Amino acid sequence: MKHKEPLIYISKRESLPWQKSWMIRGIAIMLALVFCGVITMLLTKLNPIEVFSTLFYGAFGTPRKCWVTGQKLAILLGISLAITPAFKMRFWNIGAEGQVLIGCLACAACMITLGNKVSNGLLILISLAASLAAGAIWGFLPAFFKARWETNETLFTLMMNYIAMQLAAYFIIVWEVPKGSGTVGVINDQTEAGWLPMIGGKRYLLIILLIALLTVVMYIYLQYSKHGYEISVVGESRRTASYAGIKVDRVIIRTMVLSGAICGLMGFLLVSGNDHTLTTTLVEGRGFTAVMVSWLAKFNPIFMVFTSLLLVVMKLGATEISSTFGLNDSFADILTGIILFFIIGSDFFTTYQIRFRRPHDKRTAKAEPLQPIPQSEPQKEVQ
Amino acid sequence: MENVKNAVRMENITKRFGTKVVANKAVNLELHEGEILSLLGENGSGKTTLMNVLCGIYHPDEGQIYIHDEPVTISSPKDAFDHGIGMIHQHFKLVDVFTATENIVLGLKGHLDMKEARQKVREICEKYGFDIDPDQKIYNMSVSQKQTVEIVKVLYRGADILILDEPTAVLTPQETDKLFQIMRNMQKDGKSLIIITHKLHEVLEVSDRVAILRKGEYIGDVPTQSADQQSLTDMMVGRRVSLNINRPDPVDPKPRLVIEHLTAYDELGVKRLDDVSFTANSGEVLGIAGVAGSGQRELLEAVAGLYPVKEGTIQFYDPKVDYSDAISKRNIAKSILLSIITLGVYLIYWEYLLVKNIRAIKKDESSCIGEMLCLIFVPFYSVYWWFTRGKTVKEEFASHGCTATGNEIAYLVLGIFGLSIVSMAIMQNDFNSLPPEVIQSNQQNASNKPVNLVGMDPMSIRKAGVAMSFVPEDRLGMGLVGTMGMTGNMLLRSWRKTKGLFVSRKEPEAMAKRIWQELEVVTPSTNYPVRRLSGGNVQKVLVGREIAQEPAVLMTAYAVRGLDINTSYTIYNLLTEQKMKGRAVIYVGEDLDVLLELCDRIVVLCGGQVSGVVDARTTDKREIGVLMTQHRGGADNEA
Repeated sequence: MKHKEPLIYISKRESLPWQKSWMIRGIAIMLALVFCGVITMLLTKLNPIEVFSTLFYGAFGTPRKCWVTGQKLAILLGISLAITPAFKMRFWNIGAEGQVLIGCLACAACMITLGNKVSNGLLILISLAASLAAGAIWGFLPAFFKARWETNETLFTLMMNYIAMQLAAYFIIVWEVPKGSGTVGVINDQTEAGWLPMIGGKRYLLIILLIALLTVVMYIYLQYSKHGYEISVVGESRRTASYAGIKVDRVIIRTMVLSGAICGLMGFLLVSGNDHTLTTTLVEGRGFTAVMVSWLAKFNPIFMVFTSLLLVVMKLGATEISSTFGLNDSFADILTGIILFFIIGSDFFTTYQIRFRRPHDKRTAKAEPLQPIPQSEPQKEVQ
Repeated sequence: MENVKNAVRMENITKRFGTKVVANKAVNLELHEGEILSLLGENGSGKTTLMNVLCGIYHPDEGQIYIHDEPVTISSPKDAFDHGIGMIHQHFKLVDVFTATENIVLGLKGHLDMKEARQKVREICEKYGFDIDPDQKIYNMSVSQKQTVEIVKVLYRGADILILDEPTAVLTPQETDKLFQIMRNMQKDGKSLIIITHKLHEVLEVSDRVAILRKGEYIGDVPTQSADQQSLTDMMVGRRVSLNINRPDPVDPKPRLVIEHLTAYDELGVKRLDDVSFTANSGEVLGIAGVAGSGQRELLEAVAGLYPVKEGTIQFYDPKVDYSDAISKRNIAKSILLSIITLGVYLIYWEYLLVKNIRAIKKDESSCIGEMLCLIFVPFYSVYWWFTRGKTVKEEFASHGCTATGNEIAYLVLGIFGLSIVSMAIMQNDFNSLPPEVIQSNQQNASNKPVNLVGMDPMSIRKAGVAMSFVPEDRLGMGLVGTMGMTGNMLLRSWRKTKGLFVSRKEPEAMAKRIWQELEVVTPSTNYPVRRLSGGNVQKVLVGREIAQEPAVLMTAYAVRGLDINTSYTIYNLLTEQKMKGRAVIYVGEDLDVLLELCDRIVVLCGGQVSGVVDARTTDKREIGVLMTQHRGGADNEA
């Protein structure tokens, strides 16, 4: 008998206990680190253990580094939380970059134009409101067009990013300090008007606490609220949603306004709480990284803490590696890329299982215990 | 039987999915040359998997396939074609804008000569009696013609082993007969055929031999002559099954849903429903028959508020009992409120009058007490006055030191009249701004006026108190959320009911557990995603939920499509149970035998029009078949 049986079988998994799927992901990260080590060794002839310890040193080496990691984590996590409701609704909002930036712009505008004209507390409130509103508008527009005319939200939100960027670029020139520098410098450097206050003497503590609170609130909102339920149903099937009496258009718009407003909040935190300046690259592409964070965590806000931590640590660590060992900045990107590749690739192994061709006799022997079919007297009652 | 040659022999075929699911377990199947073999089995018995193995879509984990007694390995559909095996799938795979011939030659390699191809197609058609025009575009074709193209496509490629997967599901009885004739022609030409179908009478009619699968195992085969419906079912299910649908007579049928002149267009402006009129009564099962795509889906969705209606009305007559309680409570509350207001206004009015009188006539210090007494007693005496014609009221007034004149008595009477008129007017006005459910009951009590559902969306229909349940055709795409468990899906109906920001899962959880037990849904837990359940269990969840709403009207679209005999009968029994509870059940079905057995009346749709309404007890399949294909043909049969 000739055998032309395929070598590997790929079949979809029934379901996987979450411990197992996280184990697969863990293995993927380990493998990625090993692979990174090999690559590092081959390309740079450096000791990989040393490289990895430098990586961790970069993220957690000193209290200051820890705080920076915490702050970066908070900002990335916050933006990821913002886009999650939209993504859960299968509204592919890749405009977080623009929504955050427009929030930054609104906040900076308030700080620059109203600085020292109103009391500090009021100024913070006004800039917060302005940032929320700006982000909400940036979220509302694509949602409205989607709900009304079925426009493609991916393109729409992407384009809105550029509008936000151009607006920011324009206003930076309008407000530039000193003239001709092309930057706005540190806003209200002397008076610190509109700056978020420090609590406990720690610069980043307030932001970290706020985002922690936001994470819990978002988790409850998505998991237990009526809105969260509506979002999941709309995301699953719009037809089911309208069958259940959910006003789909309204849910889309409402969710995107919320999503945009939280992005606006992040913009406010960036400018008022952190950077105190405005540049077109203030968001650092985190609006896009957030998509990855959210997706890797399967849209679960609690898991997102871990995925964003991973990405932040990688980023900071890789930067440390490149500076310590005098490597090019791109080397950091290579390492991050490798790790992401492995993590995303691990998804394949959690959804599919792979089996290799086994020798014939072994197969039959192994097949026996796999038969759950009860033997109910066949064809007895039939002639 | 010794010198029978096998076209196909499958030996010990085992196919597993994952580690747990064994779709086929050591199946042995033989297809003799020149025979028609029926492959029979419940859902999930592995028929389609086995045929997919034969066609090269799946590779078996174990076992060997022999074609014409030669061992072969089939690892792709192309391999299968090379061995002369062709499968006609349930879902057609045709390019709509191409002609029949273009579709047939699509994907063939080598030099393409359309003229020659067309000629060859014609020849095949003539040979077997197909009725298609090789130059007709697919989008102009009926379902049956499309199926024919699929068959010709397979024959064109030289297949001599044909597999037809549920080919009759989409056909009318007449078209089915034609298909069977063609199958016999092919058989005479030496082709070997395997037909998969759930309809036992068709098995008996067309096949030579029946092979039966149960839960992935090969149970056996019987020559068709020595089989009957009962014996085949028993073999298929593995125990004795009663094949009768209990159909009690309707009790006290009253119009529940009256549809008149319903016309609807789809988004491309094509008329989907054309002047549809019929009535669904309480306590009866109304069947809706028709070839697939005759407007059944649009009709039900229009009633459910999911499809835009251009013209016509859908009147819903509410069974009073369901709402009288809630409405009377509301009415009592309103009345009490209004009478308090009335009383207040009334008292102020009389205070003014009496105080004026008392001050004018008697200016002594006791007037204060008199005033108060008057104020308290006047409303009561005014009622008393109606019975005693004012005599006593005057005396009473006098006894409290107030002498009311005739004029003032007249004011009193007028005041009472005026105020009662004003309060009635307020009441009436107020009712009009009440929630529709109250208006509706109000109107219904007054003139028995129904609610028109046209222009309402599902939420406003529910808010209007119209108790309507809908089991849509697309179970996971419309009726259920696949990624959620039973509880989450129960919520789909009740999420709005709880107050506040958060959903309550307690009640849905209880409902899910109840359905889980009562309908014997096979699922590991109420949170296990329903998408992963088998078709029958998915449908049980959906039907269970819809019935649990205690609807006045229950609409079901293809409630048993794809379900095996056992589950189908469970569903039929559930529907009959609903009917006996006085609910109006609308059953859109495709199996005419079932429609005839289950329903009380049958509305036949054809091209979006009602071509007839027939009494299911007196009509037969032929008549319905004719109506299904003939516009307005039997419109006089109105039952």
